[in-house]
Amino acid sequence: MSESQEWTTVIKPKDKLLAVDFKELWRYRDLFTLFVKRNIITQYKQTVLGPLWFVIQPVLTVLMYMVVFGGIAGIATDGIPQPLFYLAGTCMWHYFSDCLLKTSNTFVSNSGLFGKVYFPRLITPLSNVTSNLLRFGIQMGLFIIVYVIYAIGGCTAHLTWYILLFPLLVIMMAGLALGFGVLISSLTTKYRDLQILFSFVISLWMYATPIVYPLSLAKGKMALGMDLYTIMRLNPVTPVLETFKYGALGAGEFVGWSWLGYSFVFMVVLLAVSIVVFNKTQKSFMDTV
Amino acid sequence: MAIAIEFNNVSKQYRLGLVSTKTLSHDIHRWWTVNIRGKEDPYLKIGSVNDRSSKADSEYVWALKDIDFKVEQGDVVGIIGKNGAGKSTLLKILSKVTGPTTGSIRARGRIGSLLEVGTGFHPEMTGRENIFLNGAILGMTKAEINRKLDEIIDFSGCERYIDTPVKRYSSGMTVRLGFAVAAFLEPEILVVDEVLAVGDAEFQRKAIGKMQDVSKGEGRTVLFVSHNMASIQQLCHHGILLKNGMVEKTGNVREVVDYYLGSMQTVNDFNREGNGAVRIIDFRIQNSSISLGENLEIEVDIEAKQNVTTIDASFDIKDESGKQVAHVASNDDEFQIGAMRSGEKKTIHCVIKNVNLAPGGYTSSIWIGTPYVEYDMVINCVRFSVTQNDTFIKRGTPYDKYSKVVLPSNWKQL
Repeated sequence: MSESQEWTTVIKPKDKLLAVDFKELWRYRDLFTLFVKRNIITQYKQTVLGPLWFVIQPVLTVLMYMVVFGGIAGIATDGIPQPLFYLAGTCMWHYFSDCLLKTSNTFVSNSGLFGKVYFPRLITPLSNVTSNLLRFGIQMGLFIIVYVIYAIGGCTAHLTWYILLFPLLVIMMAGLALGFGVLISSLTTKYRDLQILFSFVISLWMYATPIVYPLSLAKGKMALGMDLYTIMRLNPVTPVLETFKYGALGAGEFVGWSWLGYSFVFMVVLLAVSIVVFNKTQKSFMDTV
Repeated sequence: MAIAIEFNNVSKQYRLGLVSTKTLSHDIHRWWTVNIRGKEDPYLKIGSVNDRSSKADSEYVWALKDIDFKVEQGDVVGIIGKNGAGKSTLLKILSKVTGPTTGSIRARGRIGSLLEVGTGFHPEMTGRENIFLNGAILGMTKAEINRKLDEIIDFSGCERYIDTPVKRYSSGMTVRLGFAVAAFLEPEILVVDEVLAVGDAEFQRKAIGKMQDVSKGEGRTVLFVSHNMASIQQLCHHGILLKNGMVEKTGNVREVVDYYLGSMQTVNDFNREGNGAVRIIDFRIQNSSISLGENLEIEVDIEAKQNVTTIDASFDIKDESGKQVAHVASNDDEFQIGAMRSGEKKTIHCVIKNVNLAPGGYTSSIWIGTPYVEYDMVINCVRFSVTQNDTFIKRGTPYDKYSKVVLPSNWKQL
């Protein structure tokens, strides 16, 4: 090699803000697939029921909701059979919250690995979001089976054209979870307070999202002097979930393109911000984690 | 020769102590000064030199300070220094695990780093799956690993267990598998931390051999950290000695290692015991590499901190495994140092005669005291080696490694 050859690696204290090295990410694509594979393989190793757990969890949750919210509280479900209504909400929400929880402690739980070798750190949360799709797929399968059983029995639930948005909705769920998770993982490396706060914020968040009740219930109601229907739709997860429920079950009404667009823009901005913060953190987190 | 790596005034600052509200207030102050008032980071100006044993006078410490050197392409450089001298921090910055506080590093070619063997191994996955995972973490592509898979498995010597989960492996097997993957990394620049210190003797020979192939035959640039001076001298051409986060000496590996071993031998670098009524302040060893059967001469300077009436002295000699092999005491020679007044200094001279310890490396502690009180003991501070010669050992091959002493013998047939 000659003297004139350019420097290929330069290590400096700070990088440019939005310097996501997509070329580097692409170069490590094999690591991404191997991480996804690892997450899937190791999830149910040495369990007797294995992937069956993916099914048991939503079934028990739905039964619980039927007793508490459907039975005791008597909350309406837009005229949809309770199991179908709850299952649609839980499957979507669980995908979101699983991704969020997994990615939100990326730095803390991988500090052993990150401290010994360099690879684009973003690979880890990306692979988590991807490998969770398997569980989501199995749960969707369960949803379809239950749906078919109800359809044969002749119920009011019916598909609408909006179901074609389903792939986009999943991407938006993943994007929002990734954005929030990555942002939180970066903020919690130094001050763990946020992590403690966050773990119960997730559980409260579920109640702010129309899962155990239909969004239509909020119509015309006021809370703290503001229109509750509008506030609820400000939650970026709500329009995604409502669109899915309307598309798959014909429940309630379509949330509107502007609100769905709002969620989408929210996701894009969130992703951009969180990746900037993530990039800034990955340089120094080993010293503070 | 072209330069492969260039360090330009690289420094790394760490904060000591725990993360607390004080950290938050410092962070806010730093953010205010840098981002709002547009000035320099106030905490970069302070910070003390990284000396582990002295009490810190600042919360901030420079783990590395103004590191500035160049490494030529194809050179094998050994980085040496005591624990906490900054070796691992240097390698971490070079492997991009953490960023420098100031300064920059420029390099030509892909940097592969090996700070640990078996990084990212998942205990539930089989050996084969872990080869792929570990290889990918280290920067190899799947195709690359596939191509080298047979060689890797062969080198690891774990063929029989390759489809068994790694959690069933012995710790030695895990290390072998981890090193085998790393051994087939092919970056232009290889950064290796103390990873050869693990595993059994056979494996270490194999690992060092592989490292030699990598550096000699394939002409790659290697930065190598180790505490094992023998393997440093065997592998490296140049040495860099770090002390308290700064470059103390660079040059030919032989010179740097000699300088390091020489500078190591001051009593303050070692653990010690005793009540301190009399202190060992220095010692000298006549010849730290003696031939089998020769005398070993040691001088010890002592200083009384209190008035004492009598002082005995002794050496406890240990072999490389840390087992004590001899106790050499002044009272066996009916020798004693008489009374000393506080502040008085004296020098003891001792000749250990006809050292017939089996060839190898030894350390010795220096002890002073009385049968009832221990004044001072500097642990394992004296280092010397006994080399094989043909006065007592006429065979050409190395002396039996399990022996502790050489007993000269005469043989005849009756």
